[in-house]
Amino acid sequence: MSQRQVLQVFEQYQKARTQFVQMVAELATRPQNIETLQNAGVMSLLRPLLLDVVPTIQQTAALALGRLANYNDDLAEAVVKGDILPQLVYSLAEQNRFYKKAAAFVLRAVGKHSPQLAQAIVDCGALDTLVICLEDFDPGVKEAAAWALGYIARHNAELSQAVVDAGAVPLLVLCIQEPEIALKRIAASALSDISKHSPELAQTVVDAGAIAHLAQMILNPDSKLKRQVLSALSQIAKHSVDLAEMVVEAEIFPVVLTCLKDKDEYVKKNASTLIREIAKHTPELSQLIVNAGGVAAVIDCIGSCKGNIRLPGIMMLGYVAAHSENLAMAVIISKGVPQLSVCLSEEPEDHIKAAAAWALGQIGRHTPEHARAVAVTNTLPVLLSLYMSTESSEDLQVKSKKAIKSILQKCTYLPALEPFLYDAPPNILKHVVGQFSKVLPHDSKARRLFVTSGGLKKVQEIKAEPGSLLQEYINSINNCYPEEIVRYYSPGYSDTLLQRVDSYQPLTH
Amino acid sequence: MATLVRLQARSKFVAQQYYFRNSVVDIFRKKEYDAAVKIQSWFRGCQVRAYIRNLHRVATIIQKWWRSYSGRQEYQLIVKFASCAMKMNLYNAMAVRIQRRWRGYRIRKYCFNYFYLKEYLKAVSETNDAIREALEEFAEMKEREEKKADLEREEKKRDYQARKTHYLLSTKQIPGIYNSPFRKDPDPWELRLQKAKPLTYQRSKVKQKRCISLSSWLACTSARSFPRSEILPPIDRKQCQGPFRDITEVLEQRYKPLEPTLWVAEPISELKVAREEFRRQEWMRDVNDNMISKLYYHHLISSQSTENYIQKLDKLSKEK
Repeated sequence: MSQRQVLQVFEQYQKARTQFVQMVAELATRPQNIETLQNAGVMSLLRPLLLDVVPTIQQTAALALGRLANYNDDLAEAVVKGDILPQLVYSLAEQNRFYKKAAAFVLRAVGKHSPQLAQAIVDCGALDTLVICLEDFDPGVKEAAAWALGYIARHNAELSQAVVDAGAVPLLVLCIQEPEIALKRIAASALSDISKHSPELAQTVVDAGAIAHLAQMILNPDSKLKRQVLSALSQIAKHSVDLAEMVVEAEIFPVVLTCLKDKDEYVKKNASTLIREIAKHTPELSQLIVNAGGVAAVIDCIGSCKGNIRLPGIMMLGYVAAHSENLAMAVIISKGVPQLSVCLSEEPEDHIKAAAAWALGQIGRHTPEHARAVAVTNTLPVLLSLYMSTESSEDLQVKSKKAIKSILQKCTYLPALEPFLYDAPPNILKHVVGQFSKVLPHDSKARRLFVTSGGLKKVQEIKAEPGSLLQEYINSINNCYPEEIVRYYSPGYSDTLLQRVDSYQPLTH
Repeated sequence: MATLVRLQARSKFVAQQYYFRNSVVDIFRKKEYDAAVKIQSWFRGCQVRAYIRNLHRVATIIQKWWRSYSGRQEYQLIVKFASCAMKMNLYNAMAVRIQRRWRGYRIRKYCFNYFYLKEYLKAVSETNDAIREALEEFAEMKEREEKKADLEREEKKRDYQARKTHYLLSTKQIPGIYNSPFRKDPDPWELRLQKAKPLTYQRSKVKQKRCISLSSWLACTSARSFPRSEILPPIDRKQCQGPFRDITEVLEQRYKPLEPTLWVAEPISELKVAREEFRRQEWMRDVNDNMISKLYYHHLISSQSTENYIQKLDKLSKEK
């Protein structure tokens, strides 16, 4: 055989390999093929192709492996068990940028499923090579490496610490400053995943100078980037007061409020999460937000979204109102209470209702003025029905009960209290009657209204044990009225009158 | 002797007569006796009554004098107490006045300024309105920009289409498809085709650089304005005309910090207030009200913290 024929055999083989690996990579993009591929034993076939002489075949094989591992965690575990990772890590250090991208993609696909798989990746020593990739010139390589690091760090604090110990954070901060939008997104998401676990990790991220760059990127028009940046800032700010103050010092207010008007729902959600995490810590930070007009912006944002997007905004109002009564009054004058009662009544999900009930309780519990502001919007009957309904979850019932109790203990607005006399359970009725007994002795118009609206009649019908607090309240209410009226409204009075008629002997002369 | 016998014969008669004559008196005797008794008893009664009357008179005098004496004592006691009470009421009223003024002054100066609160709330609502307007403007601006960008993209697409299909232009011989002879005016697409320049064979791709449009009017504000807790004195003051005290003295007096005694500084119900505060903070912090999950959370924290502690110890020992 001539040399050419010999070489032709090799060429055919190479062409066959190239075609195989390209087809597998293409088939792996569709989920329905992956089962078949797995049953056909594609893993064991792709593994030797990773060591192939031809670089294109290596890259395509790595790409195919990545797509397969991306699909579900069984395949990812097969990748780990098949000892492919050390080989990938080794070649990651040496090969060209396409291979690096594909290999980083495989690492990301494996690491995203569970902490154990991510730990396996860390044990192979992949972190150092990934960090070296972060210093590469090609932005695609940096993006793939940052993505892999982000997915690894997402699972728990130890893995995040491992990523930080490999020295990834300063490089990620450098990546954020790069001009490519995709790279910025991924780097911001990786920083967010690192800093979310513990204050020390967040402090490491802050020490690398991330906050200033993240704060600048809030103004960027790309909405996916804004999502990640806001999420990163909120994960940093949530751990402690110092970190929150550092985030605030980066002058994010009032720019962040423009993000609350963005078209993208998740940008709104992350922006309100950020404001919530800042407002949660101390009254001074909440006051800062109120002074910047943040409360009005959040209330408008709540009004314009539905469902889970509203939840951080509702919680933010609750946290602000919880700190002090002046801040609660600021929430009230920003027209927060009607919005919250709308949320309470129209949201279908229990946890959002529970958050709205909690926030209303925090607003209304300070002074009678606050309780009145909550009561005039007719939210108390809604809260009562949520507490009494059997369909509400336990959390919702507990929160609405606490809210009702704390508002009722300060409420002196009698028209709102009257419906409670009729359909409240005994433990709430006690507080309602107590409030009436506090207000009625001093206000004559209220007394008159109480009688004409049938409240006195209802109070007489309440059965209470003598000596209990409820009986004392009822007695003090009865003392506000002349005896005839009390007797007139006591139950069974018509019967006693008729008995007297029966037993009366008319005077005979 | 005969007299004796006569007397003896008459003795019975005499005896009877004696008896009868005496007994006549007996009838009167009882009457007279009763009359004497009556007279005597009446007289004695009068005597005793006069005596008793005298005694009454004397006792009345004694009682009158004694009662007036003890009544005067009581009256003096009452007057004394009433005057004491009046004085105490006056002192109390004056003390209430002083305390009222002082409490109002102290609260307004050191603890809570109602007018400042009202001003603050007004300022907050004005800021809110301003922010709402600004955000609406911003949203409108964004929408306008987007619409403009959409229109431009549409325009560019149409232009590109026109350039690609320039050969459909009508010539002098053949009217093009957009220039039907049955129409009054040619189709607007015809005009577009006329304006379009035909595409060259090699199209150079122009990479579009994304320009970041900064809304600088929002970016350059540094709003950090929460009120400080201590009030600083004003910087420059004009000298007031008239016999006033030295300005440094006045300012010293005006801005002297309050040094309350321990009695005043701590409220009576401090323990209760502290408990309430603690409970309120817990209510604020714990988003989950479940008691069981609270216990579990405490358990987790304690176990995790010991784990962390052990890990840190291990690290330290490894470093060494």
